[in-house]
Amino acid sequence: MPTPVSSSPAVAVDGLVMRYGEKVAVDGLDLVVDRNTITAVLGPNGAGKTTTLETCEGYRRAQQGSVSVLGLDPQRQRRDLLPRIGVMLQDGGAWSGVRAMEMLRHISRLHADPLDVDVLGERLGLGDCGRTPYRRLSGGQQQRLKLAMAIVGRPELVFVDEPTAGMDPAGRRTTWELLEQLRRDGVTVVLTTHHMDEAERLADRIHIIDRGRMIASGTPLELTRGGSSTIRLVVTKPFPEGAPDSLGQALGHHLEVTTISDVSLLITGPADSTTLATVSAWCEQQGVLPESLNLGQRTLEDTFLEITGRELS
Amino acid sequence: MNQPTNTFTPHPGAAPLARQVLAQASMESRLMLRNGEQLLLAVVIPVIVLIGAVTAADHLDLGLSHRPIDEFTPGVLALAVMSTAFTSLAIATGFERRYGVIKRLGSSPLPRSGLLLGKVGALLLVELLQIAIISGVALALDWQPHASLLAALLAIVLGTAAFASLGLFVAGVMRAEATLAAANLVYLLLLAGGAVVLPISAYGAFGDVVRWLPSGALGSAMRASLIDGAVAWRDLAVLTVWAVLGTVLTARTFKWE
Repeated sequence: MPTPVSSSPAVAVDGLVMRYGEKVAVDGLDLVVDRNTITAVLGPNGAGKTTTLETCEGYRRAQQGSVSVLGLDPQRQRRDLLPRIGVMLQDGGAWSGVRAMEMLRHISRLHADPLDVDVLGERLGLGDCGRTPYRRLSGGQQQRLKLAMAIVGRPELVFVDEPTAGMDPAGRRTTWELLEQLRRDGVTVVLTTHHMDEAERLADRIHIIDRGRMIASGTPLELTRGGSSTIRLVVTKPFPEGAPDSLGQALGHHLEVTTISDVSLLITGPADSTTLATVSAWCEQQGVLPESLNLGQRTLEDTFLEITGRELS
Repeated sequence: MNQPTNTFTPHPGAAPLARQVLAQASMESRLMLRNGEQLLLAVVIPVIVLIGAVTAADHLDLGLSHRPIDEFTPGVLALAVMSTAFTSLAIATGFERRYGVIKRLGSSPLPRSGLLLGKVGALLLVELLQIAIISGVALALDWQPHASLLAALLAIVLGTAAFASLGLFVAGVMRAEATLAAANLVYLLLLAGGAVVLPISAYGAFGDVVRWLPSGALGSAMRASLIDGAVAWRDLAVLTVWAVLGTVLTARTFKWE
């Protein structure tokens, strides 16, 4: 049964500004999430991801700008909105002494037509620790329980804040598969993460946020420029004056050289092994010793690095 | 693999409020009874106090006007109400804030009013259990109440309201550890000097002060209802004033997160 088509987007954030005292956490953010998609909000810690999400969830009032979720005002129409969304908080959310499945069952009882709790628990690998108190679950088990709590009420839209933080690789895969299945079944997923691989693998659309502002937005392919190549060069001591320009000349105009730091450069474009040879020859000529020289597909990490000059995580 | 499975097809909606409140009350009472320290506070200490006081009264002259077991049982029931409505509730709520439980429930279909009703339901359930156990022990010690059940019920309900509102006030403004310490300290101070178990008359001149405390008022109202079968209107009024004060303070200061 397909989800009823609605004209309003799942989430529409328009010019949102949020401050904590003097500190500006969100600085004029615009964000639109289409229904039936997985949208990743990517950014370093403190970028304003959680504040934005919590404003959408109705926890905070927008100080400036507007927020609309499923066509509703998360503050004024909170009671109408809450049953329709699922929320996974970054921190806490369960009694320390509650048993895993007991907690899930409790949340399910607050909803009209919840999922089968046992099936969901099994699906997320909570079967073995169903009677374990929350405080004695591993970090990954706690995360999976919290994800189950977010979806047990059969919501139209789920907000998941750092869903795979503290998970082992198997747990991350289970979580990713679940989020993909949610989308196939007509649920809209908004997730925050600071793992690029997670955003690249899962998201239909990625919004990169830094210091409360949207700095890039697009499909994973768009943001990695169709998967073009990059070379990251790190040397043991600082480059001489004018190094990016001289390397740019050595490589030719079809490749772009960006300074990341005084010991690190990013080369973007159709690079191959010949390019690598040119770079190492140039290093020898400049009298710098490469510490690492990596040829790879351009990643979101590179995009972030190029825009902000900082590492993402 | 890429076909919809329909497992998660959206079908959102809130359960009827009554069902949500029932779920919350049963969850919270289960958690209270599972917690060793809380159970100690709720049942073990009142029973020890009851037996201890009755035994002590055989050896000391406390100036009681009734048989010790008849005089002490209503006070110990008041103590049990105080321990659950004030101390247990404050500690549990303090840690719920700390662990983000209240925040998480804030984005569930359960409204704040439902959460409060659930807490009240859990308190009443635990109190019922306490009253059953303590009354059982008292009857075994030959308790002969001359009871007005309606008067006792009024005292318990108003006492619960007064102490619960004060407990929520403490839990809403302090950190969890500070709440834990404060709630236990207040409990001990009121147990010793709050005229909850010992009658007001045992406090001499100080009795004029303690009768205005919620502990003294609840203790007196319980004694009036179970010794004389009477409604202690003034004590019930004192409890009502405390309940209003606690509710106003809580409403103005409580932080859900």
